[in-house]
Formats: sequence, structure tokens, C-alpha cells
Amino acid sequence: MIDYHALAPELILAGTVMAVLIVDMLPVRKHWTAVVGLLGLFATVVPILTLGFCESLDFCDYSGSREMFGGSYVIDAFSLALKGLFIGSAFVAVLLSVGYLESNRFWQGEFYFLMLASVLGALVMASSRDLVTMFVGLELVTGPTFLMAGWRKGEARSNEAALKFFIIGVLSAAVLLFGMSLVYGVTGELTFTGIRAGSVGVLDGDLSGLFIIGVLFTILGFAFKVSAVPFHFWTPDTYEGAPTPVTAYLSVISKTAGFVGLLAICYLAFGEVTTLWGTGLWVLAALSMTVGNLIALRQTNVVRLLGYSSIAQGGFILVPFGAAIAADVTGSDLEEAFFATVTYLVIYAFMNLGAFGVVIAVGNRLRSAEIKDWAGLFSYAPGLATMLGLFFFSLAGIPPLAGWFAKFVMFRSVLASGSGWAGALAVVAAVNSVIAFYYYSKVVVSAFMEKVPDGVPVAEIREQRTAPSLQFALVLTTIGVVVIGFYPTLISGLAEAAKTFASGF
Amino acid sequence: MEWFESGWGLSLVVFLPLIGALVVLAIPKAEEETQKWTALLFAGASFVLSVLLALRFDFGEAGTLQLGTNVDWITAINSNFHIGIDGISLPLVVLSTFITFLSIIYSWEHWPEPHNPKAFLVLILILATGMAGTFVALDLILFFVFFEVVLLPMYFMIGIWGDRNEVTLPVFNITTQMRLYAAIKFFLFTLFGSAFMLLGFLVLYFKGGRTFDMLELAANGAEGMLGSGLAVWVFAALALGFAVKVPMFPFHTWLPDAHTAAPTVGSVLLAAIMLKLGTYAFVRIAIPILPEQSQNWAPVIAILAVIGIIYASLACLAQTDMKRLIAFSSVGHMGFVMLGIATMTPIGINAAIIGMVAHGVITGLLFFLAGSMSHRYHTREMARLGGNQKLMPIMGAILGFTAMASLGLPGLAGFWGEFMALLAAFSPAAGLSTTLFRTLMVIGAVGTVLAAGYLLWMLQKVNFGDPKDEWAGHEFHDVDIFEKMAWVPLIIAIIAIGVFPRIVFGATNDAVIKLVTSAFGG
Repeated sequence: MIDYHALAPELILAGTVMAVLIVDMLPVRKHWTAVVGLLGLFATVVPILTLGFCESLDFCDYSGSREMFGGSYVIDAFSLALKGLFIGSAFVAVLLSVGYLESNRFWQGEFYFLMLASVLGALVMASSRDLVTMFVGLELVTGPTFLMAGWRKGEARSNEAALKFFIIGVLSAAVLLFGMSLVYGVTGELTFTGIRAGSVGVLDGDLSGLFIIGVLFTILGFAFKVSAVPFHFWTPDTYEGAPTPVTAYLSVISKTAGFVGLLAICYLAFGEVTTLWGTGLWVLAALSMTVGNLIALRQTNVVRLLGYSSIAQGGFILVPFGAAIAADVTGSDLEEAFFATVTYLVIYAFMNLGAFGVVIAVGNRLRSAEIKDWAGLFSYAPGLATMLGLFFFSLAGIPPLAGWFAKFVMFRSVLASGSGWAGALAVVAAVNSVIAFYYYSKVVVSAFMEKVPDGVPVAEIREQRTAPSLQFALVLTTIGVVVIGFYPTLISGLAEAAKTFASGF
Repeated sequence: MEWFESGWGLSLVVFLPLIGALVVLAIPKAEEETQKWTALLFAGASFVLSVLLALRFDFGEAGTLQLGTNVDWITAINSNFHIGIDGISLPLVVLSTFITFLSIIYSWEHWPEPHNPKAFLVLILILATGMAGTFVALDLILFFVFFEVVLLPMYFMIGIWGDRNEVTLPVFNITTQMRLYAAIKFFLFTLFGSAFMLLGFLVLYFKGGRTFDMLELAANGAEGMLGSGLAVWVFAALALGFAVKVPMFPFHTWLPDAHTAAPTVGSVLLAAIMLKLGTYAFVRIAIPILPEQSQNWAPVIAILAVIGIIYASLACLAQTDMKRLIAFSSVGHMGFVMLGIATMTPIGINAAIIGMVAHGVITGLLFFLAGSMSHRYHTREMARLGGNQKLMPIMGAILGFTAMASLGLPGLAGFWGEFMALLAAFSPAAGLSTTLFRTLMVIGAVGTVLAAGYLLWMLQKVNFGDPKDEWAGHEFHDVDIFEKMAWVPLIIAIIAIGVFPRIVFGATNDAVIKLVTSAFGG
């Protein structure tokens, strides 16, 4: 039997995707497509809430987590928390796009159609508990983004971005499928629970080599998606070439989807071989943080800088996974790690979307994302400059902005296991968070402390207003970054709920 | 008044400036008068409340934490909003609200370029919350957040309103403005230290009984649970974070740049309060929670402290810039504070606290003076400043007075901290090498002579002699009304603490004795 209440978020979003296409055909202003999309996203929140608070609702039939399709599709606290995150981030991403698409006269209806379809894929990923569903969800997330990256079709850079992204995306899908097929071959199972049961003792058996390669290839497939070093080469070019709202989408929602897949597969399917993926992800985390940060130091373009920063941030998000490297890792340590990753993802969504919001608003005025052109921003656009400061320092993890809590739980999760290797990773992360501050501050220094360069039409810019939708997005994210920073309990409740997922250890 | 004593009073002292910052933010940019009065009102209210708290404080029980509260804050990580004050933190809380209040008065007509009082006041007020909060926090994570909150406002203060002279950096060979270099250097140093401090806190949490509460950690004997192998590293991580903030030799190099480049009020707040966050943390966190390691590391800290004293004095003698000289003298004074702490005796720690308070009022005043003088002369080069006494008699007199206080003249505030730190080094706590500490005492005493040397040398160059020819025909305004209002309370405080050190010791002594006995057992 199909539980329609449990599937309601996906169904409503799918309906919205269709509705956007239909509205696009009607003889109305094109921005109505965005309105329909936003309303649809808003409506999707309702069933997520009723499912989340099912216990205390009269009409709701509470039964803990809801499983469907033979355990392949599960609605539990984890998937609901992540769905909420996806919907919220998508809401902001649409808001970021409206003004940008209107003022640059890009196609609108199709854009929102693709973006929402991609979000639908992310929702599916949050619930999928077998390899095939996960793969389908992942491709649904990625497919539309290839097109979105090339949306500025008149520009060579945008085309390059889309093409590079497409080739790497297809390659990573192939790697992922190959890994999954080996895992399936060794264990004979597709569901995560089945794989976990089938992989007990497999490392001591004849097929251990095959299984190790399967696990590593699966993880590599995801490493491309989350642009972990050394699989990050597409990221800066794609981020710079794609329209900025698309970059925001890629760096937050598409990346989070990759992490969600990684979380589910690592903790659920490969729960018996934690040291195996723990080691792999330890290395990727250390490399991503260090290489991402070091290259970011040399950037002169804000979008490219944010691209490398998101590689480094991805490294920080991977750190809790690396804690599993310890041989004697216990269930509570893994829960700690799980909690840290989810918390980091939520906070990262707020601050990165906000940072890109500022980039879009400023880029719209100055027609440039070069750091040196942003000099003196504070003197003629104090509000935007202040937000820039807030988001960038939040990304750097400076209290009392939300980023500190993300970094803090990340440190906490690696030190929880108490092993030497985990401690070493914590030290690498600590040094990296200092390096990161330097390049985030570079943008802030330019905006706050340097003279306005000649040729910037200051008076004209003062007159310009930010598009209302973008203003709304900036206000939302600013409030999020400040309030969560002061009172992190607000979101730790959310992540706490997600932790129940990892309690199987 | 029950609500006042159950934590609300203390919370208001800490958060009123922050609320003030939000209110100032909401006032339109053109209405500068309203902004100034609002900021003054909130800073003043915070100061008055901190004095009221001091009056309600039970000095008979100075060793116990009072007037605080403990409520849930971040339940997921088991961190609470736990605040309270005892005899050790009380003087520092009052000091921080006092100096903030005076800084706003001083700023009234002295806005550094590029002006913008609104932003400047907002930053001062945020800074005030961070500083007061650090002195009252009793939870490691709360402490960490307050400890870091001060960084951003100070960074912007130095970076935006700081010194615009060009410098060429050695090694990198980049030419940049002093303020930009100083701001980023200040931030990176502190951030580096505090990142490791945070790791130390986390290890304490996991190995020391899963709590961030300072009192519980100390009472549980967290150090024993760590095992001595790990405790060494935890202490090193914490000490790194604190030592950068103090700053102790060899982590001090950010200080002269930051202090010299900062606008006047920034230098005052940095010197008077922010440096104390580090030394306070040694007393509040390192000694009670890790007593054994504190004792093991004490000789190292003491040696570094004394190197700092001598090095800073010699560096002072090589300066040509008045503000930079005062900045280096801070390194020396903080050396005495650290020497006092490193003796691990009640006398030494009492000396450290009075040393902190005295350095706060004296060096605060010195930076005010240096700022006002460079505002008038448009230079800080001592070689060009001679004859100040003739051009501005009152300013010259105050400078002379403050320099005397700074060199530790008996009867003024600076005397007690240095004298007692040396006294404590004569007989350090049991288990510490008497020979070593007595040697250090002698070297430290040489440091006081050198301090007298450089301060008198500065006075001679700046105050005495005849004015340089370049100032002929210039009219100089002597001390104006805002300067008087900001400085007179500081002068009174310097004399009062010098004559009645009981103002400070009355609060600290019992608390320090209790701290030392519970850490080292009798």
C-alpha cells in the first residue's frame, strides 16, 4: 500500500513542477512562474511539518518511521529534516534567481521547471534507502543543473561551465554505477540494510578486494558531486561561468544532496566497514580543506573565491566522516559525527546562500565580481557591505555568527572518538580555519577598508534598489546567520532528530 | 531586588551595550547627536549597574561565585549560559564597563578619519559586551564565544579607522597601509591561538566528565581523568590561546603593530581590557582545572614572562614613535602580571590582578594622551615633540603623572602589581624551584629599572626642553572638556588604587586564597 501522506511532499513538488510549465504557456508575465514555484515550495512544507510532528496531531496516524516499497523508501526524522533543508534552500535559491533572470532577460519558466525538478530529486535522495533509488534521485538532481549552468547561452564561459560540468558529471555517474554494481555483486543486495547484513565479514572473505574497490568507487562517485579534492577540478570553472544564482544552487542544494547520499550510504550500507570509508574520507577531508584554502588565497574574483571556499567547506563537512577512521569507533561516536554533518549542512546553507545573495546584489550594480572593483563598498552601500561581512565571517567561523557552531560541532565530533588520527584531523582543520579567515577577510578588507576605485558611478549606485525578492532572501539568511549564532539550540533540535537515524549502531 | 541578584543584573551589565548597539544601528546616519547620547546612555547604564553589583556583592564570601545564574543554552552540546562573579572577576568587570564609558565620552569630539560615528559606536558597544561577558562566563563555550566576539569589532576598528601610513612588509615585500597589516595580523594571531584553545576545551569536555562547566571541571578533578600524557597537550593548547591574547613573548609581535595602528579609543580598549582576557583566563581556567600542569609549566611561563619584561624594556628604548613605545611597555607590564601568576602563590595572583587593573587605568590613560597629542601635532615622532610642557602645560603634567604611575612609583597604582609580583617570586609555591624564581626576581627587578629608564627618557624627549622650531606660531589647544571628563576619573582611580590598594585586594584576596587552596591543596 502506498502511504500518500508520507509521499505528499514529493507529490506536491512534482505537481508544482508541472504547474510551472503550464503557467509558462499561459499569456501572463513570466515571473508568475516563480510565484507558482514559491507557492508550491511553501505548500510542500506543510506535509513535512505534519509528518514531523505526527505524534502530537490528532488526524495523523503515528508509526515512527514509515517504510515503503520494501524498505527502499523511508520517511524518518533524518529524511524529514533534510527535506526541510532542501525546500528551505530551494525557496531562497528561487528568490535569488527572480531578479537576476528578469533583469538579464533570461528564460524563466524553463529555469524554474528545471530547478524544481532538481529539488525533487534531492527530496527523493533524502528518503531513498537502496542503491537504485539513490542513483535515480542523484541523477534527477544533477541532470537539470547541466542545463542551468549553461543558461547564459550567449557567453562562452557559461557554455564552458555547462560542458565541463556535464562531462565530469557523466564520468562520476559512471564511476558511481561501477562501484554500486560491484557492491551489489559481492553482497547480492540493493537495499542498504541488506548490503549491511551481507557485508558482515566480507573483508575476511575471498571477495574482499572486489568489495573494497566497490566501496571506494561508490565513495569516489559522490566525491565528484561534493567536489572533494582531488575531484574538484570542474568546480571553480563551473561556478564562475554559470549564472550566479545557479552557482548558489550548485554550491548549496546540489552539494548537500551529495552529502546526504554519502551519509546514507556510508552509515547505513557500509556500516560494517567504517574504517574503510573512514580512511578514504579522512584523506579527502584533509586534502579538500588544505588545497581548497590554499588556492582560495590566490583568487581575485569573488565567485571563484567562493568556489574554492565551498571546496574547503566541503572538506570541513567531510571531517566528521573521517572520525570513523578509528578502529574502535563506537555507535555514540558515529552519532556525534552524524549530528555534526547535518548541523554543518544546515548552517552552511544559510551562510553560503546569503553570501551568493550579496554577490548577486553587488554584481548587479557593479557588473563585476573582481575583488578590487568592490573596494569601498561600505561607503556607498553600507547595508550590503555589512551583510557581506556577516556572511563571509560566518563562513570563516567567527563567533557569534552561525558558522562558529558548525565548526564547533565538527571539531567536537572528531575529538569525541579520542583516537590519535581523529585528533590529527582536528589539528589540520584548526589550522585551515585560520588560513580560511585570511581570504574571507580579503573581500571584507576591500569592501570596508579601501578607497572606492575611479570610475565607479557611486551616485548612480546609491539610487539602485535591490530586487524585492533578493532583499527578502537576504533578510531571511541574515536573520538565520545571526540568530542561530547566538542561540544554536534552534537548529540543533533539528539535527538531533536526524541523529535517531544513526542510532542503529 | 531579588531579580537583580539572580543573574539579571549581571546579564544586563553584559548585554546592555549590545542592545545599545542595535538601537544605535537603527538611528539614521545623519543624527549623530542622538547616536552619541544613546551609546553613552547604554554604556553608562552598564557601568552604573556594574557598580551596583559591586555594592551588592558579599565581600565576606568573595571566594564564592555570586549574583550569577545557570540556564540552558545549547542543550545539544551540553553547554549552559552559566555566569557569575567572584572577587577575581569583579574588579575586571567594573574596569571594563568603566573604560568603555570613558572611551565614549572621549570619542565625543575626537572622531578618527573616516569619521562615521555610528559605525564606530556600534563597534565599541559590541566590544563592551564581549569584554564584560568574558569576565563573567563560567562555561567554557560561553567563554569562548565572548572571547571571540571582541575580535571582529577590534578588527574593523583598526582596519577602518587606523593608521594610514604606508609600510613595506619584510619577507613578502608588499607595500600596504599600516592599518590593514595590523588588523589582519592581530586577527590571525588571535584566531590561531583560539582555534587550539577550542580543541583543548573539547578534549577537556570529552575526557573530563562531559561538561563544559568550569566549576564542575575543577571540582571533578578533570585533570586526573585526562591522564598526565594528554594533560600536557591540553594545557599547551589552552596556554597557546591565552598567551597570544596576553600577549606573552614570543607571541607578542601582533601587539605593537595593532596598538600603534589602532585609533586612540581602539588602543585604549585593547590595552586596558582586551589584554586582560588572556591573563584572566590563566587564573580562571588554567589554574583551577589543570593545577598540576600549571605547576609543571610555571617555570616556562615565568621565564618567558621575564624575557618579555627585559625584551620589551629594551625595545622601548629603541622606539622613536611615542605610541609604539607605550605599546611595547604593555608587553613588559603584562610580563609582570604573568610572572605573578606563575609563582602560583596567593601573593603572586593578587599581584597579577591588581597589576591588570592598574595597567588598565594607567596604560589606558597613556594611550588617550598619545592619541590626543598626535591629534594636535599630527605626528608621534618623539624627536619632533619636545617642549610639550611649554606648549600644553596641563597635557604635559598629566603625561608626567601617568608616566610616573606607569614606572611603578610607590603611592600610585602601578607600584603594587610589580612590587608584589617580585615579592611573590622570592618565595614561589612549594614544588617550584626557589633558585630559578629568585634569579627571575632579580632580572625582573632590573626590568623595573629599565622601565623607569625608558619612561623618563620619553618624558625628557616629549615634555622637556624647548619646543621645536616647526611649531613656532602654532596655537595648541590644551586639554579640552571631553578629555578632562574622560581622564580625571582615571587619574582619581590611579591615585586611589595606589593609596588604598584594598579597593582591589578587598575583593580579590579571599577569592585568590580559595582558588590556590582548592587547586594546590593548602
